[in-house]
Amino acid sequence: MENKRKKFLSGGLGQLTIPLIAIAILVIFNLIRDPGFFGIGISHNNDGNAVLSGNIITIINGASELAILAMGMTIVTAACGGQDISVGAAAAIAGSVFVKVLKSGSSISVGTVLLAFAFSCVVAMIFGAFNGSLVAIFRIQPMIATLILYTCGRSIAYWINGGATPTVDSSIIKAIGGFIPGIPVPTPVFIVLLMAILFKLLFRFTSLELFTQSVGINGAAARLNGINPTLIKLVSFIILGVCVSVSGCIGVSRLGLINHETLLLDIEMDAILAVAIGGNNLGGGKFRISGSIIGAYVIQMLTITLYAMKVPSTDVKAYKAIVIILLVVIGSPVVKARFSKLMARISENWKKATVKGAEE
Amino acid sequence: MKNPFKLFKRKEPLTDTQLLMTITIVIFFIMYLSAVFGLGGGFLHAKQIFDMLNDNSSLIIVACGLTVVMIGGGIDISVGAVTSLVVMSCVLFLNRGGSIIGSILLALGIGLVFGIVQGFLISYLEIQPFIVTLAGLFFARGMTTILSIDPQKSQHEAFNTLRGKKIKISWLGYTAKNGNRIPAQIELGVVVAVIVVILVVILLKYFRLGRNIYAMGGNQQSALMLGINVKRTRFLSYVISGLLSGISGYVFLMHTGAGNATNAAGMEMNAIASAIIGGTLLTGGVGSAVGTFFGTMSLTTINKIVVASGLNEPYWQKITTGGMLCFFILLQSVVLGRRSGKKSSGKIKAFFRRLINSIRKKKKAST
Repeated sequence: MENKRKKFLSGGLGQLTIPLIAIAILVIFNLIRDPGFFGIGISHNNDGNAVLSGNIITIINGASELAILAMGMTIVTAACGGQDISVGAAAAIAGSVFVKVLKSGSSISVGTVLLAFAFSCVVAMIFGAFNGSLVAIFRIQPMIATLILYTCGRSIAYWINGGATPTVDSSIIKAIGGFIPGIPVPTPVFIVLLMAILFKLLFRFTSLELFTQSVGINGAAARLNGINPTLIKLVSFIILGVCVSVSGCIGVSRLGLINHETLLLDIEMDAILAVAIGGNNLGGGKFRISGSIIGAYVIQMLTITLYAMKVPSTDVKAYKAIVIILLVVIGSPVVKARFSKLMARISENWKKATVKGAEE
Repeated sequence: MKNPFKLFKRKEPLTDTQLLMTITIVIFFIMYLSAVFGLGGGFLHAKQIFDMLNDNSSLIIVACGLTVVMIGGGIDISVGAVTSLVVMSCVLFLNRGGSIIGSILLALGIGLVFGIVQGFLISYLEIQPFIVTLAGLFFARGMTTILSIDPQKSQHEAFNTLRGKKIKISWLGYTAKNGNRIPAQIELGVVVAVIVVILVVILLKYFRLGRNIYAMGGNQQSALMLGINVKRTRFLSYVISGLLSGISGYVFLMHTGAGNATNAAGMEMNAIASAIIGGTLLTGGVGSAVGTFFGTMSLTTINKIVVASGLNEPYWQKITTGGMLCFFILLQSVVLGRRSGKKSSGKIKAFFRRLINSIRKKKKAST
């Protein structure tokens, strides 16, 4: 018990300290500002289903795409020591392929949706492999390598769509992006859960986690120990491709249309931020997927809090920046070291004082 | 007697920086000449080059600042947003009756503040540069819309006359089809951009700070052991980048004469792309301002070529930019790989051989 408390005080729950503290601060802040902020009500949507509504549901639902991307981004970050900035553009391509395949059939059934998803998955994995091969085989910095797809990705989506923004109208698509009739919780939340479980199983039954960490910490040493760093890096980008396709499909299903210019715009920055807030080192190495998921929810909660405070959506970025800076300053190694030194000095003084008091 | 050819003779081989810069310059000239011979028309006139310079003077300045940071092994993605913030605040300042000198000081001040704060957070608090400058990007973009969400046009008369001043070189102009003589014009911003490029080249080449930046980007540990104050050097590199984005914002305003919340959108990525094409490596230690200048010009030329060859749809420009980036990145990787003795093609072959072997082994194990 004593040991645990000490561990917590010295920056304790490992890397999850910062994201958990951030969530706690946001929750307390919101409760003080408006005690009804976290109220959950039941409302009826257009189809007449009883669904849960409220800010918590909005936050958890809205962060789905971000959380899924953050999971994939964590693995890429850990393996390559760099980030993929093309996820938004790649998601636009995946979404376009998804809609293209859906529209090519005569009617939309569960089978065609699955087929369309499979197609978009394959396309996203191919683009992931393209990025991955640049990084792994040609040894190019991940940010630079993915800059290529970042520049031209949305244009490729434009080309796939033929310049239009095709819409899809189907009850199945609505169910994926919104609510399944009879279930009051939004479907994207279940998809996030499913992806998290899949990742957990992947790490449980393969040695991917260990291999990724060792490649990220020291690629040369990993190679000498019989791990193939090239393959691991490639695999990490392909896994990110799957995540990109899933979140792209959710984004398309939410609106029922594909707009290549605005689909998941600027999400790459948020995804990288989620990884960083989750306490993962952006230079590669050790990682925890759970941290990134919490980071994604922190970002979404911050955004919703700002919206609730009547901040215009264009100004949100400025306030977000201030909070981000505060978070990373608290989490910075230099500040942490200073802080723990200060705490040690205080406790020493305290001890001296009590000893003196006892002597007297 | 001294050998007069000694100046032209090189004893040591080209450094990585010089090699990549040379490649960029050669490819730029090949590209431009092929455009002149293949498409002719506008590319024959000097006005084309001057137009390219006029449109991109602020991008050149920003890319120079980014080059300094990237040589030091960092990254600054806030530059475009800072440019936009400077444009908007200077327009508002001028429209509320501020003087020109005051607006210039304001532009420099905003850039300096961003540079100092970001540099402090990155070098002294050891926070990852990507996150800090991402926050800087968010902050600057958000502040721009907080200042004004509507486009603002400059109504300051003295500024507008200064903005209208152009250096006319009539003998480089050409006669249009209707008989009018169209002179080649250079805006004042281009002069500023050229001065900035020269200053950055001198700083990087002849000043202690510049050499320290190269040393720090090449290998931080060795730089530390050589007695270089790594923290201060890194801090100063971000200050330079911030200051240059302030200048770039003012030049942008001189070019457009209006502030808009979407000004300079995506400029940071264009600047990074120019620096990369110009031969700067994100890993640090390699790069030059001259290369960056030609990188920017190459990017513009390829866009002009795409438009001139009839592919007017907007997505073609981006796709060709992406393709060109891909080409340059691969070229650099192959060239540098070949230099260090590891052939890239050999690496690919070895990779596939290993892959096939591992699959074969698994098949054997399963049977």
